[in-house]
Amino acid sequence: MTGVRVLVGTRKGAFVLSSDGQRERWNVDGPFFGGWEIYHLKGSPVDPNRIYASQSSGWFGQLIQRSNDGGKTWEPVGNKFVYEGVPGTHQWYDGTPHPWEFKRVWHLEPSLTDPDIVYAGVEDAALFRSVDGGQSWSELPGLRGHGSGARWQPGAGGMCLHTILLDPSNPERIFIAISAAGAFRTDDGGQTWLPINRGLRSEHIPDPTAEVGHCVHRIAMHNSRPNVLFMQKHWDVMRSDDSGDSWHEVSGNLPTDFGFVIDVHAHEPETVFVVPIKSDSEHYPPEGKLRVYRSRVGGNEWEPLGNGLPQRDCYVNVLRDAMAVDSLDSCGVYFGTTGGQVYASANAGDRWSAIVRDLPPVVSVEVQTLQ
Amino acid sequence: MIRVVLPPHLRTLAQIGTEVTLDIEGPVTQRTILDTLETAFPMLSGTIRDHVTQKRRPFLRFFACGQDRSFDLPDDPVPDMVMSGAEPFVIVGAIAGG
Repeated sequence: MTGVRVLVGTRKGAFVLSSDGQRERWNVDGPFFGGWEIYHLKGSPVDPNRIYASQSSGWFGQLIQRSNDGGKTWEPVGNKFVYEGVPGTHQWYDGTPHPWEFKRVWHLEPSLTDPDIVYAGVEDAALFRSVDGGQSWSELPGLRGHGSGARWQPGAGGMCLHTILLDPSNPERIFIAISAAGAFRTDDGGQTWLPINRGLRSEHIPDPTAEVGHCVHRIAMHNSRPNVLFMQKHWDVMRSDDSGDSWHEVSGNLPTDFGFVIDVHAHEPETVFVVPIKSDSEHYPPEGKLRVYRSRVGGNEWEPLGNGLPQRDCYVNVLRDAMAVDSLDSCGVYFGTTGGQVYASANAGDRWSAIVRDLPPVVSVEVQTLQ
Repeated sequence: MIRVVLPPHLRTLAQIGTEVTLDIEGPVTQRTILDTLETAFPMLSGTIRDHVTQKRRPFLRFFACGQDRSFDLPDDPVPDMVMSGAEPFVIVGAIAGG
């Protein structure tokens, strides 16, 4: 029997939403870790019952939780994230040097081949890896040690490493993105890293086409075509056809090209979803209408999808890790809002309905397709 | 026997009640209390003190015998009443928004 499990991280706990393949009736379990910020949960593609969660608090710091039974029960595992060597400095908001300080884990990315291997993207930006199911963590220091590290600067939300994409065709290749340093790629398993920001243009930084310094909000790819990347930048929706070596804008007819999330249809590599947000200071949809925009041609030509979504007086945001797709025959799309709604479409965005409406502000949404 | 009271979220994390008791050999200080606590409940490591600096987390405070002991040195002896078990060593989450 097929089904889906939606993993929702919120400002005050985690929730697990589950349904059969019809995706019409839902069970809502949670809150897990009530009162804690859950930046991200994600299941292992190899063992769907293995789920990792990032649990953090301003009072008590960072914890990592692990489930081996699909989110029914959890156990805390290792939470020691220590930068390799002398941490050094990056730029602070005012341009002065600021010491690297660990704050939290933004994103957990389990390995495509081993349920005990998992990557963690953290603030202040760095990439960590565990090879023992989250019990211990080691930094991949080549990223932070890239010559540009001292020039990286935090975005409004902090200097976070928020996107980790593992190339299914090449185990040595990983893409990551940092706000506000930009996108990077390794081709040697994380030892060395290359900034991949050529073609990005950010008018709000001193050199709009600088090698680093771009506020990349999210990157997405289709597993069948990992050399094609889609990016929601602070402003601009971008596309790369050469693994990030160069980018070109595909914002096209979007009502605004500011936003946070971006994702790709599970079966159509040229079908892309974004949620336009009015501006960098007005973090809500244009005209108070919540609309997902879909391009079926890889960008530039976008259609609004608002059937079932609020079309008046809606002023929520959709954060960068808060959209995901399932891989059932009719691709499901899911996203969560800062207003606590989690919306689902079982038909690639044609019609939407709310699974839940009154959760705490949603930080992240991931989906597991269960066979 | 040293009595320690934890804030509610850490009790949930460690799956313990309001108060835990610790046996500490040698000097009883904030450092030895927390070392012993973390040995008994490893999941608490990093939640009260920073892993690297070993400093108290900024939004946590330490109280004993009705006094704020947050700024005592880690190796100072705790009050006699705590050493004798008559009073608990209390770890409190600071009142703050959120």
